Amino acid sequence: MPGKLKAKIVAGRHLPVMDRASDLTDAFVEVKFGNTTFKTDVCPKSLNPQWNSEWFKFEVDDEDLQDEPLQITVLDHDTYSANDAIGKVYIDIDPLLYSEAASVISGWFPIYDTIHGIRGEINVIVKVELFNDLNRFRQSSCGVKFFCTTCIPQCYRATLVHGFVEELVVNEDPEYQWIDRIRTPRASNEARQRLISLMSGELQRKIGLKVLEMGGNAVVGYLQCFDLEGESGLVVRAIGTACTLDKLSSGSAPNTNTHMHPNTAPASNACNSPSKDGKEPVFVEDLPSSSGPPTPFRALPTSSSPPPFSPSKPCSRQSSSSDTDLSLTPKTEEPHSVRCRPGIFLCPSSPILSTDTLSLPGSGSVGCGRGSNPRATTSAPLSSIQSDSALLRKSVSFTEDLLLAASGMGSGGSAGKEAGPLRTLLRQQTQTALEQRGASSSGLLLNAREFPFFTLTSFPPGFLLHVGGVVSARSVKLLDRIHNPDEPETRDAWWEEIRQEIKSHARALGCHAVVGYSESTSICEEVCILSASGTAAILNPRYMREGCLDIGCTDHRFEEPSPPNCGFCHIPYDELNMPFPAQLTYCYHCRRQKVPDVLFTTIDLPSEAAVAGKGCLIQARLCRLKKKAQGEANATAISNLLPFMEYELHTQLMNKLKLRSMNALFGLHIQISVGENMLLGLASATGVYLTALPAPGGIQIAGKTPGDLSSEHISSIQKRINDTIAVNKELYQINPPKLFALDPEVFCGINMELAEEGVGSPIPEPRHRSRLFRSHSESSDELSELDLSHGKKDAFVLEIDDTDAVEDIHSLLIDAPPPTGFYSCNTENMPGISNWTSGVQMFTSVRVLRLSNANLTNQGLNKIFTDLCENLLKSFYFKLRSMIPCCLCHLNFTVAVPEEELIQVTVTAVAMTYDKEQTQEKTAEKPVNKGSLEAEEQLQFPLELCADSSSSNIQTASKISGVGESTNMSPRAASVDYGSFADRCSTWLELLRLKAHTIRRGSVKTSRRTQSLAHSVSSLERCSPLQEGRSRSLRSSRSFGGSSVTVVKMTPLSFLPGTRIIKYLGIINMFFIRETTSLREEGGVSGFLHSFIAEVFAMVRAHVAALGGNAVVSYSMKECVFMENPNKNQAQCLINVSGDAVICISETDQESSASTANTGQTGGSETDGAT
Amino acid sequence: MSVELDVFVGNTTIMDEEVYQLWLDGYTVNDAVKVRMEGGVMDECEASKDVLLSDTMDQYRTFQMCERLLHSPAKLANQLLFQIPPHRQIMLIERYYAFDDTFVREVLGKKLSKGTKKDLDDISAKTSVTLKSCRRQFDNFKRVFKVVEELKGPLVENIRQHFLLSDKLARDYAAIVFFANNRFETGKRKLQYLSFQDFAFCAGQLISNWTVGAVDNMVEDMDVDLDKEFLQELKELKILITDKDLLDQHKSLVCTALRGKTKVFIEMEGSFKNLSRGLINIAAKLTNTKDVRDFFIDLVEKFIEPCRSDRWSAADMKLYLTHYTNSAHILDTFKHQVVWDRYMGVVKSCIFKMYHD
Repeated sequence: MPGKLKAKIVAGRHLPVMDRASDLTDAFVEVKFGNTTFKTDVCPKSLNPQWNSEWFKFEVDDEDLQDEPLQITVLDHDTYSANDAIGKVYIDIDPLLYSEAASVISGWFPIYDTIHGIRGEINVIVKVELFNDLNRFRQSSCGVKFFCTTCIPQCYRATLVHGFVEELVVNEDPEYQWIDRIRTPRASNEARQRLISLMSGELQRKIGLKVLEMGGNAVVGYLQCFDLEGESGLVVRAIGTACTLDKLSSGSAPNTNTHMHPNTAPASNACNSPSKDGKEPVFVEDLPSSSGPPTPFRALPTSSSPPPFSPSKPCSRQSSSSDTDLSLTPKTEEPHSVRCRPGIFLCPSSPILSTDTLSLPGSGSVGCGRGSNPRATTSAPLSSIQSDSALLRKSVSFTEDLLLAASGMGSGGSAGKEAGPLRTLLRQQTQTALEQRGASSSGLLLNAREFPFFTLTSFPPGFLLHVGGVVSARSVKLLDRIHNPDEPETRDAWWEEIRQEIKSHARALGCHAVVGYSESTSICEEVCILSASGTAAILNPRYMREGCLDIGCTDHRFEEPSPPNCGFCHIPYDELNMPFPAQLTYCYHCRRQKVPDVLFTTIDLPSEAAVAGKGCLIQARLCRLKKKAQGEANATAISNLLPFMEYELHTQLMNKLKLRSMNALFGLHIQISVGENMLLGLASATGVYLTALPAPGGIQIAGKTPGDLSSEHISSIQKRINDTIAVNKELYQINPPKLFALDPEVFCGINMELAEEGVGSPIPEPRHRSRLFRSHSESSDELSELDLSHGKKDAFVLEIDDTDAVEDIHSLLIDAPPPTGFYSCNTENMPGISNWTSGVQMFTSVRVLRLSNANLTNQGLNKIFTDLCENLLKSFYFKLRSMIPCCLCHLNFTVAVPEEELIQVTVTAVAMTYDKEQTQEKTAEKPVNKGSLEAEEQLQFPLELCADSSSSNIQTASKISGVGESTNMSPRAASVDYGSFADRCSTWLELLRLKAHTIRRGSVKTSRRTQSLAHSVSSLERCSPLQEGRSRSLRSSRSFGGSSVTVVKMTPLSFLPGTRIIKYLGIINMFFIRETTSLREEGGVSGFLHSFIAEVFAMVRAHVAALGGNAVVSYSMKECVFMENPNKNQAQCLINVSGDAVICISETDQESSASTANTGQTGGSETDGAT
Repeated sequence: MSVELDVFVGNTTIMDEEVYQLWLDGYTVNDAVKVRMEGGVMDECEASKDVLLSDTMDQYRTFQMCERLLHSPAKLANQLLFQIPPHRQIMLIERYYAFDDTFVREVLGKKLSKGTKKDLDDISAKTSVTLKSCRRQFDNFKRVFKVVEELKGPLVENIRQHFLLSDKLARDYAAIVFFANNRFETGKRKLQYLSFQDFAFCAGQLISNWTVGAVDNMVEDMDVDLDKEFLQELKELKILITDKDLLDQHKSLVCTALRGKTKVFIEMEGSFKNLSRGLINIAAKLTNTKDVRDFFIDLVEKFIEPCRSDRWSAADMKLYLTHYTNSAHILDTFKHQVVWDRYMGVVKSCIFKMYHD
């Protein structure tokens, strides 16, 4: 029996009045774990009860320790009627289960009730004694560390990266059980909270087991999500990256001994096969000829004209498609080829990933489509269909490519009934894939479930070699009741499909891995869109295990190491065999390798990347109306809309990027949300100018037919655009080095013809591609000519042919730049800013818009949605104006359509102040800082000695002054950051606490606790508030209040500026439900949600403080589901938050151990005096 | 199309002092937006009216949620719901408990009861302080009164520690509580010329000299009530006016000292007996609660008004009262020097404060 859990209930405070007659409460506490319950005595007539209970001991399996939360219920004793519940506290025991994290949970927790919110606080101490269990068949995975952080955690070193782990568990949603009709809302909410807590515990345990199997000890980039599928159940799923982490004193040194798991190997084998495949050029060559229309995107409406498929059709198709060899034949139907044609130009999420690439190397290299390939190459329409279906359905898998748009839905819709066939289908695929791989990679056995995916978004230097581009896949499914919770196979199969598709996309880009990988869902009624996206990449083979290294010798590029600041931009795919149209040039940095003209990724900007100017947030927003429909028809409609939405989002992103004169996007996140009568698309990314990539061309406006619109009009728009670009260049300080601007090698043969050819298509003309592919057979000398296509100045042309287009252009220009002093991004690091000061403000904002006008057009809707997002940003700037100069980092927008006419946008971000003066000379500044830190360390002692011998050399003197500045609360720091002054004041105390905490946990902290206890005792007795007051004033003659509440900072980033994380205390993963039946009384929907969000923050902070931490990093609000019924005066909200609890200390404080000891003494005596 | 829901919540609670003041002053959200627009915040961040409205709403909600905590400020420091930096907490409390002098002047000395609360709309109309703000201020008075009423020890200190107020504000509240407890009449027309600060000063004098706590602050009694024993002893002072010799002797001593030092000497000499009788009679009657209430009006009627009609300057007044007080010490047969000093010390400084237009 491997664990003993001990809990002690100490005291309560600020309890609500439960007895109207006496205005007091007779409180007692129930402590429950698993099926065991203990009770404290009743503490009569007090709002600040002192229970000081014995230790309640639970002897339990470590499996239960991982799954179950400790449940503490505070009740009001009632002699005559049932005891009234005051509220509950759920404590996740997990952080106590690994040795390096917290050893005790102790502190004040808000008592939470799902109907009334926070009602007082309770002081609890929890400990775990864990016995080692070496049973290898164990079900628990105690000891595996979890991190939400999507990089290697600060105080660790990754010795091994094992790869992707995923798991999902399903259950019935208590809200939809029959019993829910007879129980109270409170009981129902609590059942749900408890269930989700249990499920996420179980999920974490299962993932942990997988990690142990792989030989790892940690999960980094752990992303857990809930799918509230309503009637059909509740899904909790998680993905992460399994690693073996070593604790470090500082920084991470991945170069030593870092390996990749072997599962990356087969993929990398695959990546070089396309180039060998002689069929492909032929195949591609056909495409341009058939893709004649210069404005493919205008052609779309006609393409969607073919009648929708009958629901029965896809089903039959599906069954036929399981026969892989025959699969391609049905596609030759004429109508399909018509509608497919434009599909070729639709880029699902990035220019890098044009759809036809999906089918082409995917089928070519992996060879799943197998015998069909030759057939495809002989018939042009056929091949285009293939590509189209891959794109339109976004649903997956080579064999299924053959299914038409509707069938993507069909497979989902029939999943309940036809899960069997689907599974076999998948198995067949993986089987073939396996065989294929087996042949090529010397019989390396592979689990088909493993994917070379990494949820990390930033990597140690040298890890990431090349980045291909964004890969994404979506699938529309019809939800069906989950019949057997123990076999979540349907959901598993769905995700497996998607992952397979992602994997094949990555391979198509010549990449063996997908980084910055994430998965999400959007559910409306019974329709569910599953999405996955990531960035195809090549990781350094040096860090991989032996046996996978064959990838290295096939590619000459690995022989000479690429320069770190541009290497990742170099194309990973074969330039002669480009999987999609792109304009390549020689790298503007090293001139040795080819780079694309733009780069889209889902990862963070690599720290070593060379960047000009600053980055900025770029968003594309889109609304699409759809008809209300049910079941499969609805799913068909949605899957038909998806590709158009992705295309348009992509076009918007591209235009906005050009408008800002930038050439790369990082942290790209595209969310498509489904509602009853519309789809919402929101793409966010951080634009940046990579100096390795060519300068972006401008945007050129052209009228389709000269007579249509007056040329003056066009030229006025053109002027506005040019002005905007100029302004933005100035704003983001984009002055790229003109290093190669006149380099003949790059610009020798600017081909003006090509420039003209480019007109009319926002995406590079297919003809370029055809030339490119043809050139495969030409000599390499002529290749340079091809690059030059890029040289034309305005590669990007917007065509105005109707009023819609004018609207689109106007909407482009609507995006207001942030006010002076503000920057914004959605990534971990703000490109161009690194000198953060200590001001940090994390915030969450929710806005719901009601569309009153029933007959809105797409255009009108777009405008409303765009305004909504823009206004939110403006609000943030205004609210945070006191922090200027500041940057909004990690702006994370989530959109939802909670009801028919509602649009909800939820934003979580952090505002961080930075030092404006130092911005320009940041590179120079850094070493100086470091120097002063070293000096500080060295001079800590000599400082006094030097004092009298003032004739010491100037250098030392300056150093000393530097030290003084950083150690003392310097006037400079105060002037830089107003808010930081108070922070700094408390830092000393905090530091003292933390030191005590980490070195000898308990000693100083206990005294602090007794002090606060004494505090509450006195206020309880109420006869001696004077004493209380006096002791307070004694304790805090200068700092007011003597607050006993630890300041807990929160940030969605993995770091806190100016601090160093010295310890990770465990993952915070909390789920809350709040409901009200008195909405008006609580201040309406806004009042209700405002207090709920504040309560959630408070509970997160309390849990972190109880673990001994002082900050939450990588914080995110993953779910915020809000439902209201104003007529009934009711509302309900569900919030799920997660993050890593950490102890961080100020960078300036950590070296000064001597002064810490001093503060420790004074602080100690101070607290002693108080108690 | 309408914004159904709009919230912004920061981990560190965001508060704008300007908006806080508008909220405290009882402005509606729309009025507050107008004021802010006129104030020019819009230019700062290229904000629009919508942005301002949204921000104001957020802050108003925050303040409303904080209000519960502000009712017992000690909670603000150890509550978990809002993370507010200490200096902000001080600001919040101090401003919340701040009041308008014009408003407090109206309720000063009144019973802090429901009845008075009902009259607040009249007071609001009269003082042009919004009703909402009036209510907050009134409730503050009441809350402080209720808490402090039962406590031992020095009044000001109790208020300061229980409500975490600054010394100045705590003293003002002590005055308000003291006035409310003793129900001093301040509303009469003749007293209208006096400001709250005048009264607050007087209250401070009374609290520190005439209450039980004034003599011995370790004694376990309340600071809000006047020292009964002392009030009894005040009756003894009557001898100064009932004993004809003593009265004459006192007068001659004062007149000798004053002669040639003031322009209104004739008037002083003439009204000595009246004034002395006035002051001593006030003292003698203070055992009656009714007369305690009239203390200030008596001071004005019996002393300040006669002097003013004789056109004494403030300096004359000071001179007169100083000599009046000191001369009593020289009187051989007058044995109640301690009581006299305790009485006259307060009366003198009160009159100094109250003697203006």
